[in-house]
Amino acid sequence: MGRYPEGKQKSAILPVLHLAQEHFGGWLSPEVMDYVAELLHILPVEVYEVATFYSMYNLKPVGKYVFEVCQTGPCMINGSDGIIQYIKSTLDIKVGETTKDGMFTLKTVECLGACGYAPMMQLGKNYREHLTKEKVDSIIAECRKTAAANN
Amino acid sequence: MGRKLLLEKAGVEGIRTYNVYRREGGYNSVEKALKQMTPDQITEEVKKSGLRGRGGAGFPTGLKWSFIAKPEGVPRHLVCNADESEPGTFKDRYLMEFLPHLLIEGLIVSSFALGSHVTYIYIRGEYAWIIDILETAIGEAKANGFLGKNILGTGFDLEIYVHRGAGAYICGEETALLESLEGKRGNPRIKPPFPAVKGAWDRPTVVNNVETLAAVVPIINLGAEEYAKIGIGKSTGTKLISACGNIKKPGVYEIDMTISVEDFLYSDEYCGGMANGKRLKACIPGGSSVPILPANLLLKTVKGDKRIMNYESLSDGGFPKGSMMGSGGFIILDEDQCVVKHTFTLARFYRHESCGQCSPCREGTGWMEKILANIENGKGKSTDIDLLWEIQRKIEGNTICPLGDAAAWPVAAAIRHFRDEFEWHVQNPEESQRRNFGLAHYADPLEPLVAAV
Repeated sequence: MGRYPEGKQKSAILPVLHLAQEHFGGWLSPEVMDYVAELLHILPVEVYEVATFYSMYNLKPVGKYVFEVCQTGPCMINGSDGIIQYIKSTLDIKVGETTKDGMFTLKTVECLGACGYAPMMQLGKNYREHLTKEKVDSIIAECRKTAAANN
Repeated sequence: MGRKLLLEKAGVEGIRTYNVYRREGGYNSVEKALKQMTPDQITEEVKKSGLRGRGGAGFPTGLKWSFIAKPEGVPRHLVCNADESEPGTFKDRYLMEFLPHLLIEGLIVSSFALGSHVTYIYIRGEYAWIIDILETAIGEAKANGFLGKNILGTGFDLEIYVHRGAGAYICGEETALLESLEGKRGNPRIKPPFPAVKGAWDRPTVVNNVETLAAVVPIINLGAEEYAKIGIGKSTGTKLISACGNIKKPGVYEIDMTISVEDFLYSDEYCGGMANGKRLKACIPGGSSVPILPANLLLKTVKGDKRIMNYESLSDGGFPKGSMMGSGGFIILDEDQCVVKHTFTLARFYRHESCGQCSPCREGTGWMEKILANIENGKGKSTDIDLLWEIQRKIEGNTICPLGDAAAWPVAAAIRHFRDEFEWHVQNPEESQRRNFGLAHYADPLEPLVAAV
């Protein structure tokens, strides 16, 4: 908070919400948002209006791994529709849904700035680019393996 | 082989680290600027260099700097716009990922020129791993005396902080970015007052794009005159182009702005030509907001001249027959691509990204998306095309910020140049679900201009 001028601690809201989301299971519950409001000495509504505006905040529970697949023009040209379709059928979920075991959520997103390496998805902190069906398979296997190792 | 000023060292092993970057001549511009120049002299150099904002608008950078208000006792800020979100654009990401110190160096010199002692890099939230790269670079620069108190013993203090956004295209608009930096929704402000007078926390603020600020480094090192010799006319220096779509070699390229579109697209040094032996159908040369051009208008202007990759030549012909340099996001569509579908994805993008503040944009983008979805899915009516045209006309120019225009232009240009493809969709709803319209006549040579009698 020392990064912002005195009395302007509200500026820290986006970074703080990112931390809160990471910490509390990948999404922001009303309780978590109220807690952030308390931390920053602002009204809860000031947090809600921000949390609902920015697309990176999840306002309902998500799976352990969130596949955020880009579907904008340049990715579409390179076959993102097929990738989205493949993930849907492989995991048996629709866009916005989470698998029954709570492992995977599929989201479609708008341009993430990887147009030259399309099709792509964001997974956690990193990008997975030049996606193919085989690559999707290996990403799913990799996630399952990591999850099993962490249990 | 064009001259490279920004990416010249991108391939040097370890260039991301301070030691290698410094060994390769990095941070020399800081020494020169802080020890030998006054802030006003730096601004003057940037003005003389002809550098234009690389984020998309192309506004002269030095002029923008000269507008900053300097009231007694009020801190000023430089904010680096790293919210790169324009579809087709991924050049700033490349620069920050591979040459983080180049940006830091540009930020130090620019902050000194503007009198900013606390400078922010507002980066889109999705570039999460780049934040780590930048923060490591900032730490290294600080450890070596280029940031913090009394830089190089000159008495100049500077801190740079990375501020993470959270997924909003609109925050690339400078006043929305400032709202977001203040911890609010990214709703653009009404101008005036301009950020140079009342910006972040009501303090005088300059917002510049990543590439713009990096370009300050070669301007100081070479001198404005040398820099301005590169390029042509009002397109001085070099420009980063991010090329994508149906080409052999997608990626980020640095060009001096004298190369023809044809050479850029087909030469092995750059895009390497069309992928899979397909033919060129259309191109969006400057990021998704700028008008799409059919093949025949891309390579040559309507006057029959070779089109060049620079601000003037790309906009030659105005909106009816030209396009724009924009942010340098170069998107190529081959003969198998459907312009209706591509336009639909862009309309969906703008609907998603509209902040909802102005009615024409909030409502209009939703309408355009729905109508385009209908046409694409074989449910379009013959009146839909004119309706689309009317809607985009009503958005353009009627909103607080340029997102409205950015949403309107791609639809307008698609209808202008590819109307027969839209009509074919409406008239052949079933067939349009099975196959694409194809190349049609879009690559035919242009008719020679006939002088008016």
